[in-house]
Amino acid sequence: MTRRKALLGWIAVHSLGVAAALFFTLPFVFVLLTSLMSDSQALSRDLIPHPWEWGNYRKVFDTPGFLTWWRNTLLYAGLGTLLTVVSSIPVAYALAKFRFRGRNLALMLVISMMMLPPQVVVIPMYLFWAKQLDLSGTLWPLLLPMAFGDAFSVFLLRQFLTTIPNEYLDAAKVDGCGDLRTLLRVVLPMAKPGIAAVALFQFFYAWNDYFGPQIYASENPGAWTLSYGLESFKGAHHTDWNLTMAATVLVMAPVILVFFFAQKAFVEGVTLTGVKG
Amino acid sequence: MSATLAAKRRRSALRTLAFLSPWLIGFAVFFAYPLISTVYFSFMHYDGFRPPQWSGGQNWRYVFAHYPLFWPALRNTLWLVVVMVTLRVVFGLGVGLLITRIKTGTGLFRTLFYLPYLAPPVAATMAFAFLLNPGTGPVDSLLERAGLPAPGWFNDPGWSKPALTLLALWGVGDLMVIFMAALLDVPKEQYEAAELDGASAWQRFRYVTLPNISPIVMFAVVTGVIQTMQYYTQPLVAGKVASGVIQGAGTQFEPGYPDRSTLTLPQLVYNLGFQRFDYGSACVVALVLFALSMAFTALLMRRRGGLIQAGD
Repeated sequence: MTRRKALLGWIAVHSLGVAAALFFTLPFVFVLLTSLMSDSQALSRDLIPHPWEWGNYRKVFDTPGFLTWWRNTLLYAGLGTLLTVVSSIPVAYALAKFRFRGRNLALMLVISMMMLPPQVVVIPMYLFWAKQLDLSGTLWPLLLPMAFGDAFSVFLLRQFLTTIPNEYLDAAKVDGCGDLRTLLRVVLPMAKPGIAAVALFQFFYAWNDYFGPQIYASENPGAWTLSYGLESFKGAHHTDWNLTMAATVLVMAPVILVFFFAQKAFVEGVTLTGVKG
Repeated sequence: MSATLAAKRRRSALRTLAFLSPWLIGFAVFFAYPLISTVYFSFMHYDGFRPPQWSGGQNWRYVFAHYPLFWPALRNTLWLVVVMVTLRVVFGLGVGLLITRIKTGTGLFRTLFYLPYLAPPVAATMAFAFLLNPGTGPVDSLLERAGLPAPGWFNDPGWSKPALTLLALWGVGDLMVIFMAALLDVPKEQYEAAELDGASAWQRFRYVTLPNISPIVMFAVVTGVIQTMQYYTQPLVAGKVASGVIQGAGTQFEPGYPDRSTLTLPQLVYNLGFQRFDYGSACVVALVLFALSMAFTALLMRRRGGLIQAGD
């Protein structure tokens, strides 16, 4: 009796699981299939490509600008992540382990900055970068601020670093390590998962960013990123959904690949942001 | 003796300052200065060419009384807060519950449920614009085949926000992970005790699960509201793609297509500042956005036993 009930429960739960899995994966499947159709077939009700147009992907790569956007995105995401991690670590370390007056205030300000929509300060920032420094049409207005500690990364790293027991730091001090040496030799090796999570989040943030490139890079297609350029793709190809979907796949794929390589760090980071230790 | 102590203190203060310096500079240049400047410009008439001119409360009056997009954007935000945030939390909790029950292939299911959250917003919105394309899209095709009405989704003012909600539910992976962690933390003994008392599945959920995870539910709601204040890329791209605007071709995009139904506050900052070159009024909207975001952030920080613990 209970065994039958358990079996029925198992079937119910896993049927629901399969239904949910379909909801989450079918959009990817449709996009992928459409990216391999001819342009007229993409507008039809067919679900399976006939014939399979693998050449669509070649056409996307041959689109003027596509490789430039790719390069810009890698630069923005790669260099941006490096700058963010390097500049956020010492700040997070100080907020986690140093005792000083105003520490709670500083932490509250970090959280406020983290919650600040970028649109709130965009007018003065745009005037600063474009009118005073003449840097619009480049990605520098997006990259340079990352060298000064990103609030979200500082907060996340700080949460992680507080979990490292003080005994390790004290032991390092007894061994004659200064603060910088303690940070580099003792703390950093232990903080690798936290750093990995921060790096991933920042990489994804830059990869996905639309508003930043729209404000600072829009006037110069040579500075566009994939997220920003993708939308113009739909415009340039009108109703060619097949090519637009192929480009969409090419924008999604790297993020998903990175995720598979770093799944653990990522999930750990997500839980760190929300749940207290 | 006290001299060395003072020296030691000074060194410790300098050390703190040195470690904090990247952020201190960032705070001053990218937060404090532009924030003050935004307040200043909100009282100025400024188009970026002629020097800024004092205009008193004119921008404020314009935004609240005459700018035709302000109230529709605020109404949309309210709709999204009530419907989208609620559904996302309920659905996230449901998927979280489901994943904790799944015993076979848990890792695979979890990954599949989580993946859409990672899809870059522009790409995900493009994908949904295609999936929900009226008439030819796969979703409408399937609905028609099943004999159901096929909505106009992103092209219908009554359906554009539900379409955005669908997109947001698809990317519920972040909440799923948070709820999953919270659900696994509920003490097993409490369930066993409830079962001994003959509690039904619903009673166990209502009296054991919910009280244990309520702080996380609260966290999900408040962060959801804050995210909704900042909701920008998806509604903008959905509107642009559905209206068929070609980027960079000089076409003026009708903000909030269709019929202002996808307008949100951040889009107004862009519209006023970068399409109308009315920087002063753009700063007024920016400050409204700031006030709303900070009010909810304060709520997040002030909760008793705060989820984000400012001091420990």
